Amino acid sequence: MAENTFELKIISPDTMFYEGKAEFLEFTATTGEMGVYAQHVPTTVILEPCVMRIHQNGELKKAAIMGGFVEILKERITVMAEDAQWPDSIDVERAKKAEERARKRLADRESDMDVKRAEMALKRSIARIETTR
Amino acid sequence: MASMRDIKRRRGSIQSTQQITKAMKLVSTVKLQKARSRAESSKPYFDCMYATMMSMLTKAGNIDHPYLKENGSKKIGIVVVTSNRGLAGGYNSNVIKLITGNDFPKEDVRIYAVGSKGVEGLVHKGYEIAQDFSDVIEAPVYGDAKTISETLLKDFMDGEIGSIYLAYTFFKNTVSHIPKLMKLLPLTVEDAPEEMQTTGNSDESKTLMEFEPDEEEAIGLLIPKYMTSILYGAFVEAVASENGARMQAMDSATSNAEEMIEALGLMYNRARQGAITQELTEIIAGAEALN
Repeated sequence: MAENTFELKIISPDTMFYEGKAEFLEFTATTGEMGVYAQHVPTTVILEPCVMRIHQNGELKKAAIMGGFVEILKERITVMAEDAQWPDSIDVERAKKAEERARKRLADRESDMDVKRAEMALKRSIARIETTR
Repeated sequence: MASMRDIKRRRGSIQSTQQITKAMKLVSTVKLQKARSRAESSKPYFDCMYATMMSMLTKAGNIDHPYLKENGSKKIGIVVVTSNRGLAGGYNSNVIKLITGNDFPKEDVRIYAVGSKGVEGLVHKGYEIAQDFSDVIEAPVYGDAKTISETLLKDFMDGEIGSIYLAYTFFKNTVSHIPKLMKLLPLTVEDAPEEMQTTGNSDESKTLMEFEPDEEEAIGLLIPKYMTSILYGAFVEAVASENGARMQAMDSATSNAEEMIEALGLMYNRARQGAITQELTEIIAGAEALN
């Protein structure tokens, strides 16, 4: 049987965020939620701001990923995150405020650009809040 | 021979200059350490992004996307990364030389400047500055790089510029900083360095990559991310190089001052000795005359 773990690397612009083995990885792509095991077909997927769940030896690690992309190869997955945070470094209060602000802006909706921005801000804040749960 | 007082004054002024250069060296050493650790921690992302992009382009085959094609415009957009402050040896002028030394027709070049020294130098040489983002280089963050890459891509898509280059200083190590000119758009596989095209597992590079959503959309989303990360990487490297260059410049200034102080000290002593000898001869001559 082929190896059922893969090398996982999560890299953000400021640091090598995570490096290690994992069995299963869950995240949200622009096309919807996705889960990847080892031996996946080589694929490149664009990420939404989301909660990334890393399954390793029956343990579950969660991290908030603020967009980016994932390069999936059979035995190696590289996540290029624009920003990544572990639950303990997230300021929940701030994220909640950001969520509120974004929702308000969406309710007002003025120009096209603003809506897109507010949507992104909303997704980011939701991802942060979800990660701490 | 200059008088004792002149020499003393000159030595004093050099001494205070030396104090300044010494202090500047210390400051830039500290800043260099900070900037270097930042550049090093962002390096994996920068390298990985570059490798991924190149491997993707080789694997994806022929993708038809505006970002990968010439758009007909002759204008060349160049992002020039320099510092906002001088006294860094050849750091800024080396970057400027990259552009002036290249055979880009001057009237087709549009400069997107990051760093006011680059603006000054290039305006003086008669280049057109399209936009100035000089504040960014004080403390580069990823968000700034994003704004700049959005501006560039917008101008590219509008046909204002037909290609995008990046001129910055690559931080090899503390003593060696290499000015580099790099083509960002249109992106072609041939531009990738040889080793990039052949590295990696041989069957890995043969497997075809799938994209989700489809290739064109993915490339459209990926290229802005690629540009942003390359720019960000260039900024942090440039900051490290700037401080490295300044540290070296100030180090040699300090040792030059040291040399001058020594030489002036010698001159001062000689002048003093000369004055004493002269006084003695005068006294003796006076005493002789009394006899």
